[in-house]
Amino acid sequence: MTAAAGPAVAGAAEGGFVVSLERYSGPLDLLLHLIRREEIDIWDIPIARIADQFLKVIHVLGLDEAAEYLEMAARLLRIKTQMLLPRRGDLESWEDPRHELVRRLLEYQQVREIADWLDGAARHRAGRFGRGYVPLAPDVPPPPLEFTIEELLEAVERVLAMLPDLVTHRVIARPLDVEAATARVLELLGTREAFGWRDLLGPSPTIVDVLSSLVALLELARNGLLRLKQRRPFTPFVIARGPAYETA
Amino acid sequence: MDQRTRLLEAALFAAPRPLALDELSALEPEATDADWLAAVQELREQYDNEGHGVELVEIAGGYQVLTRQVFAEAIERAAFAARPVRLSTAALEVLAIIAYRQPVGRAEVEEIRGVSSAGVLRLLQERGLIEVTGRSEGLGRPLLYSTAPQFLEYLGLGDLSDLPRSDELSIALAPPQAGD
Repeated sequence: MTAAAGPAVAGAAEGGFVVSLERYSGPLDLLLHLIRREEIDIWDIPIARIADQFLKVIHVLGLDEAAEYLEMAARLLRIKTQMLLPRRGDLESWEDPRHELVRRLLEYQQVREIADWLDGAARHRAGRFGRGYVPLAPDVPPPPLEFTIEELLEAVERVLAMLPDLVTHRVIARPLDVEAATARVLELLGTREAFGWRDLLGPSPTIVDVLSSLVALLELARNGLLRLKQRRPFTPFVIARGPAYETA
Repeated sequence: MDQRTRLLEAALFAAPRPLALDELSALEPEATDADWLAAVQELREQYDNEGHGVELVEIAGGYQVLTRQVFAEAIERAAFAARPVRLSTAALEVLAIIAYRQPVGRAEVEEIRGVSSAGVLRLLQERGLIEVTGRSEGLGRPLLYSTAPQFLEYLGLGDLSDLPRSDELSIALAPPQAGD
C-alpha cells in the first residue's frame, strides 16, 4: 500500500510552491487548491487576492495560453471589478457577484470527492484478481503453399496488368488576386451606384476569379465602402455603394 | 459442502466473469433461486471461515471468486497477474459526473469540470467504462453517455446503488487544517 502513494502526493512541500502541469485537472482544480492553501472561507472569497494569485500561478506554469485558464482569469477579474462598484440603493437586492463561482466550486468539489471514492474502489478491486481464463486461439495451420518461382512471377504480372495507370497529381498554387478584384469592384462602383454579381465576373469566370471577387467584396463591405443586399433568400444579390463610399 | 455448493464453486472457478443468479439456473434447472442463494452463502462462509486465499464477492450483479487483497503484491511481483492501469484524475472526474448524472452530454460534463473533455470521454469509451446510450433533444442532438456494465466490474460494485449517496458526501469544503 505504501508503494502505491506516489506522484499524487508529491510536491506539497511547505513554503515553496511546487508546481507541475499534471497537478491540476482544470482551472477549478487550481482555484480550489489556492483557496485551501490560503486557508480561505469559500463563502467569503477575497476575490482580488485570489485573482492575483491565480494569474501569478498560470503565468508561472505557462498556462496563460490555455483558453480554459484564461477564461477563468477573465471571470475572476470581472467579479473583482463588480465587487468594486458602489452598491446603490437597497442592500437586499444586491446580488453577490461571487455567488455563481462559489456554486461551481462546490459542485466541482463534490465531483472530486466522488472521483476519489471511485479511485479507492477501483484500487480495492484491482488488488483482487479473478480467474485469468483466456480461451486459446484456434490453432489451425495454414494450407501449405506449393508453387514455383515462375508461377509467382506470372501472378505478379497478372496483378500489375490489372492496376490502372498511376495518376500523378500536380498541385499548382494559384494565389487569389484580391487586389485586382478590389480594383475592378471600385471601378464599377465609380461608374454605377449598384450592380450585380454577373456584372463583376463576366460570363465565364474561373474559380480563382470567383474566390478573389468574393474576398474583395467581403473586405469592402466590412470597410463600409459597399453594401451587399439580397431581396429574398436565393435571389441574386445587389452590390451598392456603402455609407463610407462618399467620404472615402 | 453439499453437491450444489461444490457445483457452484466449480462454475465460478471455470467462468472468466461474474455469474448472475439467473445464469446459475442453467447449471441445474430444478434448483430455485433460494437454493442458489443458500449455496452462495455456504461457499462464502466456507472461504471466510476456513482461511482460504480467495473470497466470494458480489460484483456487477453477479458472483465471482477473487483472490484476497493481501496477496495482491506477491502475485503481481511474481508477474502471475497484473493490476489494470489506474485512471487519471481527469478520467475519474468525468466518470464521477457520468455515474451520477447519466445519461449526460459532453457539454454538461465540460461545464462542471471547466475544461474540454472530449479526449477523456473517448478514452473511457475505449476502456468500455462508459457507452453512448442516446441523444439529447437539444440543439445538434448531442450524444448522451452512461456507465457501461464494465464500470461496475472495474470498481468491484454490485450495482449503481453501491455508489455513495449524495447526502453522504461532504459537499462543502472541509475547514482548513493547520499545517496543510
